[in-house]
Amino acid sequence: MNQQNLPLFEVFIRSNRGLDHRHVGSLHAEDPAQAMDYARDVYLRRSEGVSIWVVRSSDITASQESDVESFLDPMDDKPYRHATHYKLPKEVDNM
Amino acid sequence: MTETNNQPDPRLAAFEDKVANDQRIEPKDWMPDAFRKNVLRQMSQHAHSEVIGMQPEGNWITRAPTLYRKVVLLAKIQDEGGHGLYLYSAAETLGTSREDMVQALHDGKAKYASIFNYPSLTWADIGMIGWLVDGAAIVNQVSLQRTSYGPYSRAMIRICKEESFHQRQGYEATMKLAQGSAEQKAMAQDSLNRWWWPSLMMFGPHDSESAHSGQSMKWKLKRESNDVLRQRFVDQTVPQAELIGLKIPDPELKWNEERGSYDFGEIDWDEFIQVISGNGPCNRQRLQHHIRAKKEGQWVRDAMHAYELKRQARDAA
Repeated sequence: MNQQNLPLFEVFIRSNRGLDHRHVGSLHAEDPAQAMDYARDVYLRRSEGVSIWVVRSSDITASQESDVESFLDPMDDKPYRHATHYKLPKEVDNM
Repeated sequence: MTETNNQPDPRLAAFEDKVANDQRIEPKDWMPDAFRKNVLRQMSQHAHSEVIGMQPEGNWITRAPTLYRKVVLLAKIQDEGGHGLYLYSAAETLGTSREDMVQALHDGKAKYASIFNYPSLTWADIGMIGWLVDGAAIVNQVSLQRTSYGPYSRAMIRICKEESFHQRQGYEATMKLAQGSAEQKAMAQDSLNRWWWPSLMMFGPHDSESAHSGQSMKWKLKRESNDVLRQRFVDQTVPQAELIGLKIPDPELKWNEERGSYDFGEIDWDEFIQVISGNGPCNRQRLQHHIRAKKEGQWVRDAMHAYELKRQARDAA
């Protein structure tokens, strides 16, 4: 079989208990179980993690860089959402 | 678990080992049923508190004194809804559903923080909630960043990052009143008088009386005891009140040089028990409002679902 026809999977690794899974890369595989084996062999050869997630790349819905202005923008004009916006006397400024 | 052959369960030993070594327990790990139940109770209670806590503040959105204070209040309440979502999602990793948790709340089987059963009577209460109630919550939540259940710990880290704005805006709003006219200052003092003791109650019963504390501490779900956290809150808050000329309503409050901490009076535990048993000033109102809001929003969820079915049918055609 041509490897290019195999579906693409994204691989996420939890490097240690208590931490979030982080995206480390992707690979081609027939199915999730095979993707899991490959992820172990490719991304975890040196104890890089304690847990793996694999997910079909086609199942990921991503935002578009070009939409940033309309989709993610509204935060810039709301400085009051930030703790540093509030000026407090120095005696209590560590709040 | 098979108790019949009296063999210790190796999974239990592995679990206890992880806890002892300050490892986090993650969703797919084996865990004792009692641990699962305990962490679920704690997380669902915490999630409900975030959401119910939107009500006393929501009461003042349309009556905020300026447009600026209104947008700040809206932003804060929006955060609380988000915090509820983080916590419900973290709780769902244990195999329960948000629907079930909300149902338990409506059935009176799940609790939320007793403080939100007090009314927000004046604008000063909005500042006071940010300063005292969020301040007390932060003391608790900072400690919970190290809780032993991974998803709970990560939710706490996210929440603590956002929570600092809440407390600072509350203190700043209170400071403005305390530095304002005699009436404004009196309003701030009256608000402090009403919120101080309920804020101290937020940390729960004394360690010696707390039903779940011992086990939760053993499992490191809780990292510090109710009384330790309460003392920390008192010690940090008293100087903040003094700085803006407000008086803590406790005649027994006194700096203890030896302990390096404030001594303070006894909480009215009868009031605490009344409020957590459903007889606080606003218990029924809070719950009924939540039930009504869910019911009145049903048509929106129905419409979204109908639209989704229609879209799928169109895509399939």
